[in-house]
Amino acid sequence: KGPIPHSAVLQHCSPAWCLCSSWWGGVQMGPPDPILGVTEAFKRDTNPKKMNLGVGAYRDDQGKPYVLNCVRKAEAVIAEKKLDKEYLPIGGLGEFAKACAQLALGADNEVLKSGRNITVQTISGTGSLRIGANFLSRFHGGPRDVYLPKPSWGNHTPIFRDAGMQLKAYRYYDPSTCGFDFKGALEDISKIPEQSVIVLHACAHNPTGVDPRPEQWKEISDLVKKRNLLVFFDMAYQGFASGDIDRDAWAVRHFIEQGHNIVLSQSFAKNMGLYGERVGGFTVVCKDAEEAKRVESQLKILIRPIYSNPPMNGARIATTILNTPELRAMWLEEVHGMANRIIKMREQLVAGLKKEGSSHNWQHVIDQIGMFCFTGLKPEQVERLTKEFSVYMTKDGRISMAGVSSGNVGYLAHGIHAVTK
Amino acid sequence: IMSVFSEVPQAAPVAVFKLTQDFNNDQHPQKVNLGVGAYRTDEGRPWVLPVVKKVEKLIVHDDRLNHEYLPILGLPEFRSSASKIALGDDSPAIKEERVGAVQCLGGTGALKIGAEFLRRFYNGNNNTKTPVYVSAPTWENHNAVFANAGFEDVRPYKYWDAEKRGLDLNGFLGDLESCPAHSIFVLHACAHNPTGTDPTQEQWKKIAEVMMRRKLFVFFDSAYQGFASGSLEKDAWAVRYFVSMGFEMFCAQSFSKNFGLYNERVGNLTIVARDGDNLKRILSQMEKIVRTTWSNPPSQGARVVAITLNTPELFSEWSDNVKTMADRVLLMRAQLKAKLQALGTPGTWDHITQQIGMFSFTGLNSQQVEYMVKEKHIYLMASGRINMCGLTTKNIDYVAESIHEAVTKVQ
Repeated sequence: KGPIPHSAVLQHCSPAWCLCSSWWGGVQMGPPDPILGVTEAFKRDTNPKKMNLGVGAYRDDQGKPYVLNCVRKAEAVIAEKKLDKEYLPIGGLGEFAKACAQLALGADNEVLKSGRNITVQTISGTGSLRIGANFLSRFHGGPRDVYLPKPSWGNHTPIFRDAGMQLKAYRYYDPSTCGFDFKGALEDISKIPEQSVIVLHACAHNPTGVDPRPEQWKEISDLVKKRNLLVFFDMAYQGFASGDIDRDAWAVRHFIEQGHNIVLSQSFAKNMGLYGERVGGFTVVCKDAEEAKRVESQLKILIRPIYSNPPMNGARIATTILNTPELRAMWLEEVHGMANRIIKMREQLVAGLKKEGSSHNWQHVIDQIGMFCFTGLKPEQVERLTKEFSVYMTKDGRISMAGVSSGNVGYLAHGIHAVTK
Repeated sequence: IMSVFSEVPQAAPVAVFKLTQDFNNDQHPQKVNLGVGAYRTDEGRPWVLPVVKKVEKLIVHDDRLNHEYLPILGLPEFRSSASKIALGDDSPAIKEERVGAVQCLGGTGALKIGAEFLRRFYNGNNNTKTPVYVSAPTWENHNAVFANAGFEDVRPYKYWDAEKRGLDLNGFLGDLESCPAHSIFVLHACAHNPTGTDPTQEQWKKIAEVMMRRKLFVFFDSAYQGFASGSLEKDAWAVRYFVSMGFEMFCAQSFSKNFGLYNERVGNLTIVARDGDNLKRILSQMEKIVRTTWSNPPSQGARVVAITLNTPELFSEWSDNVKTMADRVLLMRAQLKAKLQALGTPGTWDHITQQIGMFSFTGLNSQQVEYMVKEKHIYLMASGRINMCGLTTKNIDYVAESIHEAVTKVQ
């Protein structure tokens, strides 16, 4: 009796032997990812002037992906070393974790000196958030509620939800000014129950590009302290926002200085262009080194049944860059360069809109920071921009400035003016 | 400020890694590490496969490549070629376009994504109470992967017969007959970890018959394809047999060992569905699960594997590299058994050459293991499991003599 041919299987449909029904008959088609859907549609478009302003990956002024020179040099250095491929520890490459924490907190930070942080290598920002969410879900004794700014990165919600937390929001973006709703944020935060988790974007807020000013951060810190909230910083754009890594980490460092024992997610996808290598870190700032050891042991217990230990390649590259003076200097320049190009595109877009004769106030395009810009365009206007001009973006009016170049900024200004005049 | 984490208890370290840590800290000149499952050369060194070195050079010099995000489900050419390795180039299921895959972070990641999917969608939309059966014994992380995915009832199925030092087939079949309907079974495709004991083809046929009749879910864990016998085809026999029987099933594949790509985390969850429509819907839901776990997988390792599998000369070189590793393990097995027999060590030692793959369940009890570790500085798992790759022509005499001592001195 050999294997049954598939065709025979289909004929064999008696109740005891019915193989033609499937376990998965009830599985619904999942909704397409809104951001990736934009790229799919863009790819199908044959208009030579088409623009992809959807996904947040940096592009150079020719619209091409940009592999940083410091990354290429680091790869060459690593290749020479002829390293083996043995498993990393569960918490990842130790030197990476150290360099990662130093980058965020500053090398002379008291937290690092006293060894009261635990930093583990993670699968980029998503992996970091997920580990953090799982950790909080298992060990945080406070409410299960996680407060996100409104709006926030789309993936925050399902990450925290899958980890067993509940999502709530605090006001953040003010559509009437295309800026920060500071008053609304403070009002909402003042009502958050004690010990709840609050997520803050460290810089270059995604999707709005709207960041609080330092004085505003100070007030938020005071209020959060008063409410005794657990702060979860998401820092995916350090260096990418202003071009200066210390400036972009200012809020994180201020909160720590003010006594918040934060948890922090970092990504090196954008600032080192290591997207597909999945390089990130998760940090818990603890009361002391002893607590950090206990927390570390539990993080390992969480990580092991998900992926055992993290991938080496990207972490090696990042560590080499951060710890080799010439490469680090090269990196800082290149990050500065990327941020500057974005800033220039913002300025050129606004200049272009003025030139087109737009009567609207586009100042927010320049005031916002980082990869993304919340244009203020309404869904109908976005639809027209896509249909009539082949400019692809998400329905909320968000554009990735990285997709704008000196070659197409004029065309973009023209299109935006056409749908908003 | 009061700490929110003041009550967090210290967790016990993962045993196999603690073992390596203790080994590293040991200064004894004759120390041997027979713990963690990673291949070693006869010089006791890690081995980056020659074909991997070659392909990595190609990648570094290819200016067309960059570090952009992979799709959520991974590198397409990796996924399809990896599934082909498991199912065979001429697999009817592939021809019928009902095979899909998710690139994952190693074998662990593939098990995780598969487990998360099953918990949500397998039998109704909440499978927290659906029993998941893992072999007794099994890789220690299997329990945690399924438990963390939300399965509350992870149970052992009879597998290892300690007395006869072989497969407890009747026990296994008995559990298959008596378990609740729709239970999920994690099967080791080959080179069972930790026992090194695989069912024969006839035994697999019996297992498949019961599973089909009782409608049990097949979840293969394939971490050693090629490594067990040296032949990719031979090691995939069980998986391919089950596919030919018409099962809808998952197969978690790891390329850590057979490509030596341990730290690049290269894995693949192969999905064999009833038809293309089912497959499409399954993959769409897999995307959602991946998106909240790691968004998209790491590119380096998958590229190495894809280029190798899809380039005939490189594929051939890889097969040779795999055979080199498998042959060295077979040699160490033969030599260890021969030496124990020559020493007249009490007991029978046939199981050392009958078992297959990286590991051997020696049969040493925990006191004897403790003796080995503490007195002889030979590090092995408390279960008596040894990694054959830790043996070399230089240390095999010492290890054989130490086993002899342990067995004769310690009861």
